[in-house]
Amino acid sequence: MIPMTLFAESFDWNNLTQQAVNGLTIGSLFALIALGYTMVYGIVELINFAHGDLFMLGAFLAWTILSWFGLDKSEALKAASTFTLLAPLVLAFLVVPVFCAALNYSVDRTVYKPLRNAPKLAPLVSAIGVSFVFMGVGLFWGGPQDVNFPDVIGALERKAVGEEPPTSAADKTGSDDAKKEKPKSRNLLGPNSKVELTVKHVLILGVTIPLMIALTWFVKLTNLGKAMRATAQNPTAAKLMGINTDKVIGATFAIGGMLAGFGSIVYGLTINTISYQMGFQNGLYAFTAAVLGGIGNIPGAVLGGLVIGLVRSLGSAYVGETWTSALVFVVLIVILVFRPSGLLGARIREKV
Amino acid sequence: MNKPIWASWPLALALICALYPVFPVFDEYFFRAAGRSLGEQMPTMFIFAILALALNVVVGNVGLLHLGIAAFFGIGAYVTGILTVPAYPFEVGFPIALVAGTLFAAAIGGLIGIPTLRLRGDYLALVTLGFGEVVRYTLRNLDAITAGTRGLNPVPPPKIPGIAVDWLMDYRPFYYLAFLFLVGTYLILYRLEKSKLGRAWIAIREDELAATCMGLNVTRLKLAAFVFAAGLAGMAGCLYASRMTSTVGPDAYDFNRSIFLLCCLILGGLGSRNGVLFGVFMLYGFDNILSPILDDLIQVHNGTPRPYPVTLFGSKLVTLPANMFTFSGWRLIVFGLVLILVMRYRPEGLFPSDRVKEEVHPGGTGNGGAA
Repeated sequence: MIPMTLFAESFDWNNLTQQAVNGLTIGSLFALIALGYTMVYGIVELINFAHGDLFMLGAFLAWTILSWFGLDKSEALKAASTFTLLAPLVLAFLVVPVFCAALNYSVDRTVYKPLRNAPKLAPLVSAIGVSFVFMGVGLFWGGPQDVNFPDVIGALERKAVGEEPPTSAADKTGSDDAKKEKPKSRNLLGPNSKVELTVKHVLILGVTIPLMIALTWFVKLTNLGKAMRATAQNPTAAKLMGINTDKVIGATFAIGGMLAGFGSIVYGLTINTISYQMGFQNGLYAFTAAVLGGIGNIPGAVLGGLVIGLVRSLGSAYVGETWTSALVFVVLIVILVFRPSGLLGARIREKV
Repeated sequence: MNKPIWASWPLALALICALYPVFPVFDEYFFRAAGRSLGEQMPTMFIFAILALALNVVVGNVGLLHLGIAAFFGIGAYVTGILTVPAYPFEVGFPIALVAGTLFAAAIGGLIGIPTLRLRGDYLALVTLGFGEVVRYTLRNLDAITAGTRGLNPVPPPKIPGIAVDWLMDYRPFYYLAFLFLVGTYLILYRLEKSKLGRAWIAIREDELAATCMGLNVTRLKLAAFVFAAGLAGMAGCLYASRMTSTVGPDAYDFNRSIFLLCCLILGGLGSRNGVLFGVFMLYGFDNILSPILDDLIQVHNGTPRPYPVTLFGSKLVTLPANMFTFSGWRLIVFGLVLILVMRYRPEGLFPSDRVKEEVHPGGTGNGGAA
């Protein structure tokens, strides 16, 4: 049943602030994935169902890289020096985005490109197919159970501060819905602050915000970005102006994949549980975010991601954890009914 | 319009299906060869065929992408569960539950359809997807009503007055019940496609703007299709709950189920009833009949699958997981590749309707009317 915390006599503002901080942080992660959806949709009008599963494969690759260095065992994680913790992490941040970008690019070349002039349903169904193939690969890669992602950030933090690691971190068998796990790391706002801001919050924001700024700069100020905007507006006219639209579309897929790659490492490092099914659930949230903001619209995706993050964290605090996913979709349906083209999307007349 | 020769194969297939249980020797032979009864599997397949035909009305005939058909299937199943299980005071029996489940699912379809059907294609797809998820979470969370993940049981067998048969031990009564419903659905849809309503639906699929200009009330027609499909899906759900003697659990009605049905439609041929039946036959057969049999065979030959380490120059490179050596482990990849390859090389499906064939290969061998 719905707890009546909202109407309690003394309203806990600290809790609200805390949930808002959590929500905005996880929301910026959704926004990062949503950007991949929205950019692709803006250019080829394709709902890239496989994007969430690309994100999942990125997380598995990051996990494999960290495991190569033995960090998947908790003793090794404790014994490792700062360098042996940092080096694999840097390697993951270099390799995973490139892998995701390359994978997304090659899927576009092999699967979607031959279908450019096919009816609209064809690439969409192919994307569902690609998503299935990715999920199958993920199932082989990590097995059907949840996989523990090494808590490198926690270990690094303890190295820096010199504290004994908390022992309660062993049990991490939550479902993929249990995103709102309480961070066990130190509060950066001081030990007495009621609102908690941890290294993990800072990590998410520190990766997502610069990437979003870089993307905005890229789309607004570079030639390729200009070509992207032109192709999104009118592919035929863009072609007539001498733009190689195939190259532009490929670049869009690559950039979207790269963002998903960054997002996947950050997700693994902060949530610490990955599974082959996480792509579907998170992809759905991210896609919802993209639609919510107005699909095809880059600031819209960011806004949508933040809104979804807020709805999730506030919903789980004030309505109940089990209802959050349903709540996200109810919000989506309501917004689409009253603003069919999303929060920031322009009204589009159906092309005849 | 002269039909191509294979157009009579649904009739042949229907005859085979109707006669299969009459000669128990077939099922016994199958049981000896494969270690399981084909007849036990068939009723569920007929139910999924009804569900696929329902989805085909929205996706194939009207051309709206519907990703939440499993939700209506689930609503039908749960209404049946609530009306028939002993835990509730209703216990109304099969016929009333069937009507109630159908009507309730249709009503929910109307409620969700009225505000959302004016959305553009992709947005509508997302709303139906989201609705499906909302229904699944609601079924899971309303533990007091739906028994959460356990599902409501036992749903009693569909006692029909005047017929005394053993519904539980013998598969044949339900086989024929489901088969009759499937044939009935098929015939209704066959007539519907030829009717004014059916032709209007196809007009919308071909060109919505032109249909509007011809004076068709597109929103109302879309709503009609949506509600009709929801009702049919609810009916299928009711049959499913009776067949399973339980509402199974919310996860039986998730997005994967909707996508599975969409795959059947696409593989067989969107908008073609025979193609859809064929698609269900292939994919359901692959999933529930072929792949367990092959798994057993692999197990007999190779023993229980276990992880297999791959070494390169003496050092362990990767460990191939055990599920890689089962047939069912490849299910997702096979499904995905089927979707991709069909879209690439035969977007009209394996058994397209004449009209769709004409659209994809204009001026080809198809003898349907000019588009």
